[in-house]
Amino acid sequence: MSGATYQKDGDEIKEVTLESGIKVKPVYTPEDLKGWEYQQDLGNPGEFPYTRGIHPEMYRKRPWTIRQYAGFGTPEETNERFKYLIANGQTGLNVAFDLPTQLGIDSDDPLAEGEVGRVGMAVDTLRDFEIAFAGIKLDSIGSSLTINAVASIALAMYQAVAEKYGFDLKKISATPQNDILKEMVGRGMWIFPVEPSIQLIGDTIEYSSKMMPKTYPVSVSGYHIRESGANPAQEIAYAFEIAITYIDHVLARGLDIDDFVGRISFNFDIYGNFFEQIAKFRAARRLWARTIRERYGATNPRSLQFRMLAGGGGAGLTKQQPENNIVRGAYYGLISALSGTQTQALCSFDEAYTIPSEKAALISLMTNHIMLEEMGLRDTVDPLAGSYYVETLTNQMEEEIKREMARVEQLGGMASAVSSGYVQREVARQAYLQEKAIHDGKVIKVGVNKYIVDEKEPDVVLHEHDSKALDEQVRRLKEVKRTRDNSAVAQALRDLKSAAMGKRNVMPYLVDAVKAYTTVGEMTTVLKDVYGEYKEPSIF
Amino acid sequence: MNGKRLRVLVAKPGLDGHDRGAKVIAYLLKENGADVIYTGLHQTVDQIVATAIQEDVDVIGLSIMTGAHLPITQKLMEKLRQNEATDIAVTVGGVISHGDVAKLKDLGAKEVFPGGTTFEGILTFFNNEAAERKGTSL
Repeated sequence: MSGATYQKDGDEIKEVTLESGIKVKPVYTPEDLKGWEYQQDLGNPGEFPYTRGIHPEMYRKRPWTIRQYAGFGTPEETNERFKYLIANGQTGLNVAFDLPTQLGIDSDDPLAEGEVGRVGMAVDTLRDFEIAFAGIKLDSIGSSLTINAVASIALAMYQAVAEKYGFDLKKISATPQNDILKEMVGRGMWIFPVEPSIQLIGDTIEYSSKMMPKTYPVSVSGYHIRESGANPAQEIAYAFEIAITYIDHVLARGLDIDDFVGRISFNFDIYGNFFEQIAKFRAARRLWARTIRERYGATNPRSLQFRMLAGGGGAGLTKQQPENNIVRGAYYGLISALSGTQTQALCSFDEAYTIPSEKAALISLMTNHIMLEEMGLRDTVDPLAGSYYVETLTNQMEEEIKREMARVEQLGGMASAVSSGYVQREVARQAYLQEKAIHDGKVIKVGVNKYIVDEKEPDVVLHEHDSKALDEQVRRLKEVKRTRDNSAVAQALRDLKSAAMGKRNVMPYLVDAVKAYTTVGEMTTVLKDVYGEYKEPSIF
Repeated sequence: MNGKRLRVLVAKPGLDGHDRGAKVIAYLLKENGADVIYTGLHQTVDQIVATAIQEDVDVIGLSIMTGAHLPITQKLMEKLRQNEATDIAVTVGGVISHGDVAKLKDLGAKEVFPGGTTFEGILTFFNNEAAERKGTSL
């Protein structure tokens, strides 16, 4: 929760300072864009440096993908919610997994107690994926998999389930989030230490570039770093530095930059000041193109195109007067559309206190449809281009982002900056200062510190955690373990261990293990034996 | 007794990775005069209780964003009883429905801080704790 700060004289605004530190003037004129040049600073959409958008016609040709996050309980319930969303116009899946799955823990493990199926769907074996994706046309709808530490396992499962249902691997599209460095900064779902985690990411990038060419093996996430307290410039800077870390690792394996960088995508956050957000994304798109060209000499246009999911962020929403979040969601969606996103997802209005109800999820979907069908957001590309304010702010945001990137590079890059706890400390301290600013009334949050309304607890249907999900899941797991070929599983695990120890690409071994119905926990245990476990640096 | 600071263990039990709230509270209490230890993520109840006893804390502040606060708090209170450490006060903060506030208190939580709790609300509680235990405010 945070925003620009205003110095006021009565109710007159004297000074505006955006979160990124940039000051906003009352009026912008052509003077502010002296030296600015269309071809150099913008380019046509679909042309370097892609400031205006990565495709020549953007939404005229194809609307952004609507990809609401969904998943809970058993794979059956998740499959039902997928079909409900698709029937109501969702065009991409975004799968939520429960915490045990994300941490490589099986549903029957004592550590999983109380968490099976709570915040996402429980996955123990390929059987769960078979149920979750039953009846879904995987060659015409792509799936984001919000999974990181065990993304390699999830990707192996996705391949296996696609094969099982007869889909062409060249046609399916998965986007495992697969960004471990951001987990270590702001999401907390890590298992292995930094280096082996990056190794696993390298394996998925290398493997998918050959086996599943429509897959985006990584969705580098500034989103969670922003949610944790980073300012908008840092959000982009840290994400870019994370991407650079992964790119450098893959290049060291001997791949050509143009072989894989075009399949690195991003996941960003939207809340706070309207124009700061739009400028942030336009600056990011231009800076990415310039960075990949200058730093790596990439020549394929695809390699220079910045692909993102720009989603309405949870940190902007409030528990107080939750209907206000519908309004916020609409504005965040508008920012996403005006920023040229490829994919959009919105936090639903009740997400401050529960897993989205069907009603709330529906409103998020309809918000998209209203923009696409009623508001004219598809009509023309990058309509804000040429605005004296927006172009000036875009330039300024680019400078701020570069400044933050330089700070990280001085520290030896993102892997170092995260291992030492520098980024975590920075971001947590800012989170505290942001909350303090709201406490002190320096930043206004409607319903929280101004325009407070006396309200009773919302009459909402809370998403109740169904402990039947645990029973069902454990029952299924027992059944799978009983009927599978256990000697094949044992062999697959031995082969996996040997591959991991020998630093060979583990993906083919994971696919074999997954097909034998090895569990997520069994595969993770083997990898933990080889890689060890991450130890969180102390930041206080 | 006098002048000794209130010792607080800010704890992240279970598998939840959302630590922004816990870290903000840790900063808040530190800036207002408490000794704060933060456990980091993925702590078992056993680990939290062991750390609390080892560090001789006055309060354990659990931070839980996943909705799993009832089973976790129940387990923690049991563990404290087993270790005869029930003089340690327990607070629970996070994504907690109105209906669960009373349930948590029934389980033994001294105070509950659901979403929307203000800095005032938190500092009032901890100042009172400090007054009770140390004869002074934070």
